[in-house]
Amino acid sequence: MIEVKNLTKYYGDKHAVDGISFSVKQGEILGFLGPNGAGKSTTMNILTGYISSTSGEVKIGGYDILENPIEAKQKIGYLPELPPLYMDMTVQGYLGFVYDLKKCKIPKKQHIDDVCRRVRIDHVQKRLIKNLSKGYRQRVGMAQALIGNPEVLILDEPTVGLDPKQIIEIRDLIKVLGERHTVILSSHILSEVQAVCDRLVIINGGKIVADDTAENLTRKLSKDFRYIIRIEGPQEDIRKVLSSIPGMKEVLYNGEKEPGAHEFSLESDPTLDIRREVFHRIVSRNWTILSFRSTEMTLEDIFLQLTTGDASAAETTLAHAQEEEDAAAAAEEPEAESIKIVNPDTGLEEEIDVKDGAPEIVEGFDTKAVEDSINATKENGGEE
Amino acid sequence: MLAIFKREFASYFSNPMGYVFLAVFYFFSGMYFSMILKYNSTDITIVFSYLFEVLMFIIPLLCMRLMSEEKKQKTDQLLMTSPVSITGLVMGKFLAALAIYGMALAVTVVYAVILSFFASPEWAVVVGNIFGSLIMGAAMIAICLLISACTESQIIAAIGGLATMLFLWMIENVASLLPDSLAWLGNALSQLSFSSRYDNFCSGILNISDILFYISAIVVFLFFNVRVIEKRRWS
Repeated sequence: MIEVKNLTKYYGDKHAVDGISFSVKQGEILGFLGPNGAGKSTTMNILTGYISSTSGEVKIGGYDILENPIEAKQKIGYLPELPPLYMDMTVQGYLGFVYDLKKCKIPKKQHIDDVCRRVRIDHVQKRLIKNLSKGYRQRVGMAQALIGNPEVLILDEPTVGLDPKQIIEIRDLIKVLGERHTVILSSHILSEVQAVCDRLVIINGGKIVADDTAENLTRKLSKDFRYIIRIEGPQEDIRKVLSSIPGMKEVLYNGEKEPGAHEFSLESDPTLDIRREVFHRIVSRNWTILSFRSTEMTLEDIFLQLTTGDASAAETTLAHAQEEEDAAAAAEEPEAESIKIVNPDTGLEEEIDVKDGAPEIVEGFDTKAVEDSINATKENGGEE
Repeated sequence: MLAIFKREFASYFSNPMGYVFLAVFYFFSGMYFSMILKYNSTDITIVFSYLFEVLMFIIPLLCMRLMSEEKKQKTDQLLMTSPVSITGLVMGKFLAALAIYGMALAVTVVYAVILSFFASPEWAVVVGNIFGSLIMGAAMIAICLLISACTESQIIAAIGGLATMLFLWMIENVASLLPDSLAWLGNALSQLSFSSRYDNFCSGILNISDILFYISAIVVFLFFNVRVIEKRRWS
């Protein structure tokens, strides 16, 4: 829906945007994150055709914003940082003007009423915009962007100046809009981006430093995997069981936090996911897991790491994580085709094809599945 | 373009600007008109020839807000990201100011009708005068609109517009100050005089070159206006 290639913008000597490329699919909600002066608003202004780029290409729904500006702009609803309101107009008059300006074809009165209802300004329709509070003005700006049901919504900090209840309302609205529209949303409120967006683009100093889902970013940037688990059961036995899990690096005892329940900090090999194994082993011994959580980095940590002095380190980590992932994927595949086990009856090595089986077998995770395969081999052997 | 025209036109009446402009125009034109009546004359051209000085002061005020305020209030972000061409945007604003000016000028038709009760006026001269005032005013609006597009401040736009109008009014005097060696420049400058060409209309001469002069001034300044706005996006 939106394609941005090598976007660059100079203000005099200042490099405001420096070779940004990304694309947004239809129906996706993209979060645009960055500290002040990172180039968020500049990028959005270029996307909407308000200013032009020094070089690079922007396509909205297949139309180039510079070559077919009218067609491209018809697809966009834009809420700038400061809502573009005419103070001497009534809400109704203003939205009517925007309606005419965008050359909409939908029935006018009905459409405006509908938009007002969605952003909850239907009861102030007759009032002058200059008499409205900041929150209401923001919502009128939002209504303005929605007029004409544009396919793409570009919202520059849409929840600024709203009270917490309104913020939640607007977020819910954006989520609903995301089902039918493609949305780009900029913000420096991280919880908001996390709550609303499918994908994040973090930008700093005019460059994209990360482009992924919040989950993936958190996973990639966390250098080691730490979990905190609280289990009801005998302390020493639990420790032994946990320590014997493959991929476990360290098990630390945190103490008895509740009567009969012990808390442990676990550190695992980052390439292995030990969570299922931990669960199976504890449950099969009839102990109870009371809580089990990871101590991953929050989005806040990532943002800070990417946009402050640590940026280069974080980028290296990201690149490194990607490489490791690729390497792991490359290494895993050929091995996953077959597995060698020793047949206990014959004492010979046999190869079992596990191409269609669960990949966990390779890692030695799912012991039950391995046992099943062994049994299956035995049976097969018996028949032969 | 129509949407912008409608909004601008309505906004002249949702704040005092439109009313003040019309009131000032009606007051001064009425004053000159009552002067003709007092001297038992039916020569309406006197009203028009004095109008130039009035317009010189009030047209910059009519146009000062049009472009500068959009930039200051950031509402240009809405206009420039809407599916409207910049030419349409400039034309909409120009026509809105012209419509207000037309409303003001329409009062002279009433004067002519009043005069027709005493003696039959020369209708050709009246129509020529109204037409002349209309296109001269339109050219003034085009110039002041451009000045408004160059700044974010209404006050600077108003002062800049006023200074330009004064210069155009005095351009022949400026030309006569030039030394003989620069006579060619003086000639060229006096050709640009707004007032002497307007005087031709007032004395009943409908000269094609005068009409073309004002129309080309309108086209040139509106074109500059579009370029100025376009340039802002690239800076």
